Amino acid sequence: MKQILDFEKPIVNLREKIAELKNFTQDSDIDLSEEISTLEKRLSKLEEDIYGNLKPWDRVSMARHQDRPTTLEYIENLFTDFIEFHGDRLFGDDEAIVAGIAFYKEKPVTVIGHQRGKGTKENIRRNFGMPHPEGYRKALRHMKQAEKFDRPIICFIDTKGAYPGRAAEERGQSEAIARNLMEMAGLTVPIICVVIGEGGSGGALALGVGDHIHMLENSTYSVISPEGAAALLWKDSGQAKKAAETMKITSYDLKELGVIDTIIQEPKGGAHRDLEEQARNMDAVLEKSLQQLEAYSKDELLEQRWEKYKKIGDYKLDQSIDL
Amino acid sequence: MLKDFFGKRKKYASIPSEQAKTDVPEGLMQKCKGCHKIYYRKEMKKNVNVCPNCNYHHTLTAWERIDSLFDENSFQEWDKQLITSNPLDFPDYEEKMKKDREKTGLNEGVVTGEGTIEGHRVAFAVMDSTFRMGSMGSVVGEKIARAIENAKDESIPFIIFTASGGARMQEGVLSLMQMTKTSIAIKRFSKAGGLMVSVMTHPTTGGVSASFASLGDYNFAEPGALIGFAGRRIIEQTIREKLPDDFQTAEFQLKHGQLDKVVHRHQLKHVLSTLLQLHQKGGKSLETNS
Repeated sequence: MKQILDFEKPIVNLREKIAELKNFTQDSDIDLSEEISTLEKRLSKLEEDIYGNLKPWDRVSMARHQDRPTTLEYIENLFTDFIEFHGDRLFGDDEAIVAGIAFYKEKPVTVIGHQRGKGTKENIRRNFGMPHPEGYRKALRHMKQAEKFDRPIICFIDTKGAYPGRAAEERGQSEAIARNLMEMAGLTVPIICVVIGEGGSGGALALGVGDHIHMLENSTYSVISPEGAAALLWKDSGQAKKAAETMKITSYDLKELGVIDTIIQEPKGGAHRDLEEQARNMDAVLEKSLQQLEAYSKDELLEQRWEKYKKIGDYKLDQSIDL
Repeated sequence: MLKDFFGKRKKYASIPSEQAKTDVPEGLMQKCKGCHKIYYRKEMKKNVNVCPNCNYHHTLTAWERIDSLFDENSFQEWDKQLITSNPLDFPDYEEKMKKDREKTGLNEGVVTGEGTIEGHRVAFAVMDSTFRMGSMGSVVGEKIARAIENAKDESIPFIIFTASGGARMQEGVLSLMQMTKTSIAIKRFSKAGGLMVSVMTHPTTGGVSASFASLGDYNFAEPGALIGFAGRRIIEQTIREKLPDDFQTAEFQLKHGQLDKVVHRHQLKHVLSTLLQLHQKGGKSLETNS
């Protein structure tokens, strides 16, 4: 059973009605094709109205949709000969992050991404895509290796956040994230990040120091979940919808804020409606992105990375303040 | 008569006269947050806000910290005029900032600049938890990144005192990106051979602990400081388990290998100046590297 989001209900209802009528005409002699075609026209108008005017909260639900394609599905659709490698060599293997190497259009690349599970059993194994420090350290190990063998790095971001647990704190969740930020800053190979679902705070950022950051149209990227923001700001996590709007977390918001480079369009109704189309849209952006970055020398690459992030943020100068 | 003993109950609470009220000026005394003993505020201040009885380290404002460490008149402030522009048009944000500016006399949650500690010239950033919980928005990130760049250009060490609840909600993802900005600045500084010391003070959590606070060549903390990534309540809710009292204290982090040293506030100046001295004589000098 497909998960139906609240705002999609009118579409689903109408679609069911059309299917019913079609069945009915098949089984009887009455010709309803005129009615059907009217309804189909209405359906496409309704789809346009609803999917063309998604509110931030609708996109949050889309980003969290249980059928939304995950890192491994994109890897399967975009890369060949993927080999997954495990472990951080320090503590263990965190299955909330997958990492490995593959060919992207005959070019070897390192691919790393948060990995949610499909279904309860896999989700438990993958801790719902919320990494522990060993996950980030595994990622870093692979990034360093990518640098050694001069392979570009492609990161898929899809997490609610770094896991807030006791063991995670004891093993240095903060240090693991901080270390990744600093080390990614200095890698001399191109880094491309794609936010494919939820980009949850520091846990997302630890794979997110990209030369280019792209975002699927209905993904989100934020400093805190809408529920968390509502709880902190208004002491009421029920106001998550309002927080989703105030916090500016959609791909369109981030593009406007100058944080991301490209919005990758999604098929009508979201990435899960047509994985192949989604992969094609992503492929086009990735290819162009990689071409641009490979034109840089190593020094230029580091310099443009610094210039990119140096610019992010907004402030003003108040000349009335005494020096 | 016997009933006189019972009948003379006072009907109203007595309020001290205006005269009596001013006998003890407000703020003269201070209760220790650790042992609840009462001290003269002056006495506590003289002890750099450390309780003489139980060693509890009370909050220091940015300027108190600067005064306690730098050689007299050696401190020069940088980027004092940077203030927030409310990039998300967040409701009530600017009023709140204005109030905090008036309350603290600071323009933002961090003071940056340069000065000398026992003759050693250093670049410096000190966060102030009394200003919006020391939270990091665009201005805090920018000032810290600029201070690090200045340290690189001037070939002097960089010392940061962190005190922050994490990223500032009201600037959303732009706050988050300050973690990246500052971390890249540190990488550049580190590659040039620069020495960075981080001293985590109460509290250092969230996005600040998960970026520059953890990226010093040496990471210190003050005794009892709260240091961690996720909040205690969130963790307890997630794992459905009561956490030990010392969870996420400086001592807990030291035990788990996350810190180089816990340093008492009275020893701080000495430890820092010794460290600066050790890096002056040995190791790569910044000049030859940059």
